[in-house]
Amino acid sequence: MQELIVRAKELLASGQVARVLGWKKGEHSYDPEVAFFNDAESLQDFVYDGFCGANLSKYMIEASKLEGKTLVFLKPCDSYSFVQLMKEHRVDREKAYIIGVGCWGKLDVRKLGAEGILDVEIAGDVLKVSSLYGDSEVAYKDAMLERCHVCKGKEHKVFDETLLESADTVDLDRFAEVERIEAMSPEEKFAYFQSELSKCIRCNACRNVCPACSCRKCVFDSTAFNSEQKANTTSFEEKMFHIIRAFHVAGRCTDCGECSRVCPQGIPLHLFNRKFIKDINRLYGEYQAGADLEEKAPLTSFQTDDAEPGADRR
Amino acid sequence: MSEPMHECKYNPGFMRDTLIPQVGIITDIRTETPDVKTFRVEAPSGGKLFEHMPGQCAMVCAPGVGEAMFSITSSPTNKLYQEFSIKRCGVLTEHLHSLKAGDEILVRGPYGNNFPVETELKGKNLLFIAGGIALAPLRSVINYCLDNRENYGDIDIVYGSRSADDLVQRKEIEEVWSKIPGVNVHLTIDREQEGWDGHVGFVPSYLQELAFDTNRTAILCGPPIMIKFCLQGLKEMGFAMEQVYTTLELRMKCGVGKCGRCNIGTKYVCKDGPVFRFDQVDELPNEY
Amino acid sequence: MYKIQKADLPKLYASIAAESDLFLPVKVADQTNFGLYTETADVDIDTLKTVKSAKDIFFPQSETLYKVRRENDNFSIDVEQHRTSPFVVFGIRGCDVRAMTVLDKVFLSEPIDSYYAARRQMGTIVSLACGRPDTSCFCKVFGIDCAEPEGDVVTWLVGKVLYWQPKTKKGEALTEKVASLLEKADEAMVESAKNAIRAIVKKLPYANLSLEKWGAAAADANFDSKLWEEMYKPCLACGTCTFVCPTCQCYDIKDYDTGSSVQRYRCWDSCMYSDFTMMAHGNNRTSQMQRFRQRFMHKLAYFPANNQGMFSCVGCGRCVDKCPSHLNIVKVIKAFEKEGV
Repeated sequence: MQELIVRAKELLASGQVARVLGWKKGEHSYDPEVAFFNDAESLQDFVYDGFCGANLSKYMIEASKLEGKTLVFLKPCDSYSFVQLMKEHRVDREKAYIIGVGCWGKLDVRKLGAEGILDVEIAGDVLKVSSLYGDSEVAYKDAMLERCHVCKGKEHKVFDETLLESADTVDLDRFAEVERIEAMSPEEKFAYFQSELSKCIRCNACRNVCPACSCRKCVFDSTAFNSEQKANTTSFEEKMFHIIRAFHVAGRCTDCGECSRVCPQGIPLHLFNRKFIKDINRLYGEYQAGADLEEKAPLTSFQTDDAEPGADRR
Repeated sequence: MSEPMHECKYNPGFMRDTLIPQVGIITDIRTETPDVKTFRVEAPSGGKLFEHMPGQCAMVCAPGVGEAMFSITSSPTNKLYQEFSIKRCGVLTEHLHSLKAGDEILVRGPYGNNFPVETELKGKNLLFIAGGIALAPLRSVINYCLDNRENYGDIDIVYGSRSADDLVQRKEIEEVWSKIPGVNVHLTIDREQEGWDGHVGFVPSYLQELAFDTNRTAILCGPPIMIKFCLQGLKEMGFAMEQVYTTLELRMKCGVGKCGRCNIGTKYVCKDGPVFRFDQVDELPNEY
Repeated sequence: MYKIQKADLPKLYASIAAESDLFLPVKVADQTNFGLYTETADVDIDTLKTVKSAKDIFFPQSETLYKVRRENDNFSIDVEQHRTSPFVVFGIRGCDVRAMTVLDKVFLSEPIDSYYAARRQMGTIVSLACGRPDTSCFCKVFGIDCAEPEGDVVTWLVGKVLYWQPKTKKGEALTEKVASLLEKADEAMVESAKNAIRAIVKKLPYANLSLEKWGAAAADANFDSKLWEEMYKPCLACGTCTFVCPTCQCYDIKDYDTGSSVQRYRCWDSCMYSDFTMMAHGNNRTSQMQRFRQRFMHKLAYFPANNQGMFSCVGCGRCVDKCPSHLNIVKVIKAFEKEGV
């Protein structure tokens, strides 16, 4: 981690960047927050470890409007989001100095299985948890976010330089959970989504954290179409919100998993998006949003032999 | 007559909730300017929907379209009906402008405090300063004072708008207000215009030209930029902030200081306002 | 003092639910929130904090106020019926019970919000002491004793026994109804449980936050602090903090066109949302910094200024646990404590 701070200080001192976008030490060892650092002194609070799950790409939309370059640290999966945002002309590559940082899987504090956690020490493969109710140890792997078990790869898709080595974290099949749901009967599927989505409190955390949700004015905030909704008047609406959102990000979602990471109700929202990704792969050939700046996106480019799902059912 | 505060027939043991509107009938619509109409509203059985004091507001609702707070522009001394002067500037006001006499709307209120017509303003010389649609809230006070003429001293009304066509209530101003003894109306428009032989210039500069002495209480309402410069002018003339009143406008939903959106500092504009003295306004955080 | 075996609680729930609606913590898809008791409900009174507080039961996330029907160009208004049947809320923690007092200040002040008032009249609150307070808890800062919460009935879960102590007339009436399931108990076990809880509370990292910089005087003093600009930046402008908060009560009123009528409903709103103060001709809080500031100033300065010093925070720590960006009221309080203003 020290090398990141050293490099950030150098870039600030040389004037190559005007500020640094990274993570700052939180109240505890497990709750770092996203932060802008404007000088070398403030970098003493900089942190980069297993709890720095936040994807910083979306913050670069606003940072692109600021004077001077912003040094941003992107994990491999965050770099997909950044490329996708470049593709959509929402971030300015010239305003970013990107250090691709290595990643060895990010942690989900909810998976530590302890109450009253005071501190978590990351000791290699083991997490040493001390809590109000006793100490415990958890294997690093067992506390990783779901997305890290199905990681897209540890290669940065955009960077000016890279620091720190990554480690492979894949030990699950990315589409296994989608397939499990696909195999359900319609009634089971409905019951599954009903119970998951009935928890939704419409806080918009999933939307606001999502790098693909970069519309200046979201249709759910607009008063122009009577679509503005802050709460669900019927249980149907919470489904509509998530389904419409999934459609809006289809073909653009890089599967960064931020939606599920931030959901206060633990709804596995990424499954909607992953279902779209799976179907797109099947219908139009393998495609990974954010993997390549030039590659045409299957849902926004037409070819005469395109599959037309749904059309055959008429 | 209207429905007074009474026990809710749907929910015995409770007063009718203040969030529940009454049905009102639009009995007349006057086109004031290209984008301002004045709506006369009465209860279905005739008469006013409720009593109010000058400066108070009411929520006007078109079901399925929206609901918003508007100042009641008619004076409480009008015993027959209430009026709202409404400028077309959003979805709801667009819809209201499409209505015709005989159409129904929903109204609830009155909300907020009022100009202190029976206390601080009583016996004083009054100086009203308004720009554009902001005459709407002041008209209620002006007519109240004119109908109780003996309770107030000299009355000066400085009113301006972009053009002569944008002067609200022009007929009433010229045919009624101007003719009352001790009342001086000073109209101005922003730019020269054919057929206008009155004053030309912005309200703040006209105010300075008129150079009032400080033996009066001022009531000031208009767009933020006008307020800013008029206030500056009044200060230069020697007015104390305790001598100047205004009425604020913010997004409101409930009207009773609960829904939270018109909260600035420790005040709720819908309940603690909309009428404030400028020394009180100065104490608010700069978020209005 | 009475007691009932934890294993017999399903009988208690069924007995209460036979007479009235019973709301209690229910687990759905791995998350625990207050829900209506049914025979098949997965009741979970072991989870310390429900994701949403119990405020939902008294001030629902969305509720219809009235319906407007249009016939032959005439409107008619059907006011929604208030709650007229009694109900019981079981398992509310001390912080959430105090939060009801905060909400009362808003909704029961003149003019009374009759929808809320009706539910308050009809509801009986059975609170539950917190056996295992969490790191993010700081109710003590607001003078709340989670070892002995307020409520119509107070309960303690000690090992395999639930202790039950009625505190009010409503509580006594409920106790009488379920008397056949309860047996007399002495207070010794509860006393030692309380002491154990208080010993844990003393060790909580946020137990000694200082509110010295807050209260009515902060309304002026803290507004222009440079700290707001430094703190707000990671804020995603979502409504998580607001919606999991037991005391946030701002609401919106909206229309839902059902085709045959217009349903006017109110729903929770968040001062964190950009359209909260948006109106046809502009917005008086245009930056997220202003919105962020408003939320904390309202809870820690404006509300106490208007309510004899009572803060609009009860230290439940839900925002601490749930903010996607790890921003929260604790950080705000600490920042001002450290830096002055």
